[in-house]
Amino acid sequence: MIDEGLKNQLHKQGIHVLLLENAYNWGRANSVWPLTFGLACCAIEMMAASMARFDLARFGAEVFRPSPRQADLMIVAGTVTKKMAPLVVRLYNQMPEPKYVIAMGACAISGGPFKQGYNVLKGIDRYLPVDVSIPGCPPRPEALIHGIIMLQEKIKGQKLTGPDRPRFLKAEVPGDYPVPAYAEDDLEPSKNPEVWHPPLIKR
Amino acid sequence: METLEQIKTRLEKELPMTQLDIVANDCPAGERSLLVAAPSALAVARFLRDDSQLKLDYCSNVTGIDWPQATIKTKVKKKVAVGGVEKEIEEIVETLRSGHLEVVYHLYSMALKHGPVVLRMRTENRTGHTHLPSLTPLWRGAELQEREVFDLYGVIFDGHPDLRRILMWDGFAGFPMRRDYVSPDDFEYEPTPHDEVLEQARKHYPTEVKA
Repeated sequence: MIDEGLKNQLHKQGIHVLLLENAYNWGRANSVWPLTFGLACCAIEMMAASMARFDLARFGAEVFRPSPRQADLMIVAGTVTKKMAPLVVRLYNQMPEPKYVIAMGACAISGGPFKQGYNVLKGIDRYLPVDVSIPGCPPRPEALIHGIIMLQEKIKGQKLTGPDRPRFLKAEVPGDYPVPAYAEDDLEPSKNPEVWHPPLIKR
Repeated sequence: METLEQIKTRLEKELPMTQLDIVANDCPAGERSLLVAAPSALAVARFLRDDSQLKLDYCSNVTGIDWPQATIKTKVKKKVAVGGVEKEIEEIVETLRSGHLEVVYHLYSMALKHGPVVLRMRTENRTGHTHLPSLTPLWRGAELQEREVFDLYGVIFDGHPDLRRILMWDGFAGFPMRRDYVSPDDFEYEPTPHDEVLEQARKHYPTEVKA
């Protein structure tokens, strides 16, 4: 590690010294490209967030890509029906690493008001690793922007080496997740136990 | 527009073999409807569409209803002579209603600016014979809605050009809008369980959930 005093001295001469990790993370945190992908009313708020009034471009996340091959971030904005869930997982699998998931709104987190429905997936975290959950029904555009800033914080804190480096830097961990199949009354499997851990009740 | 009775009389004159009934409605709006037997439904619908006085050229809504088998209790007032004195006694009469599925069409006329005429059809039962004639050949707009009724209630429309599931996936078994449909048990942790959710919570966490 470089000495702080030396770093300051160099800084005064116009030379910035920093870890490659920080430069790399700073760069990618400030250009998160989301996937153009909406499922329900939360998508309307997502559109509002990207337009002039709320201006998501201030945080470097305005380039909504219509192809998963070019996207870094999947904003699951809205109710995920069981019919749609395999397609969402497939889209995620088609995204290149490093990739992140934001669950936007009550429905994407837990099924929301449709939780008791026979046709609604009770949270996209049953199949995908969710990085940031944004509560709300739907969340305000400010909340989405806050969520993206939280994601940026998370990206900035990621290590490039060492045992606690993120999943996508571990060669032995597969990058795609199994796509559930349609069964007679539910999806098969109904959850991915590697991703989804139901909370324990403590009373 | 003619009243439902007038339409019925004309229909009976025009199509003598048809079985028609007028179904009363208890709700405040009191919208009554025309119940037609399945074999003659297509002919009746064609008459309603093509008749010069009705011209019901627009089918705005198709929906389904599930009527499971049930015993219906109705109060009937009866006059009974007790010891030479006539008394009025209320008696509860139980009737058995056989289960069936019902499809309801709301018909309007764009040409004559009137409507709706509510048309109903009933299947024989809920499990074995659930066929009804499709009215898509008459009103093209009914196509997707009849598919929806097929998907959620299991009414099979004969003569429909493309009868597939529309909301649920192909290969889905069961008809979710029927009263006796049991949804898959994908219970998840719920911090404040109540009613049905409480029952499910007890099943999944028998030791933790009390009360």
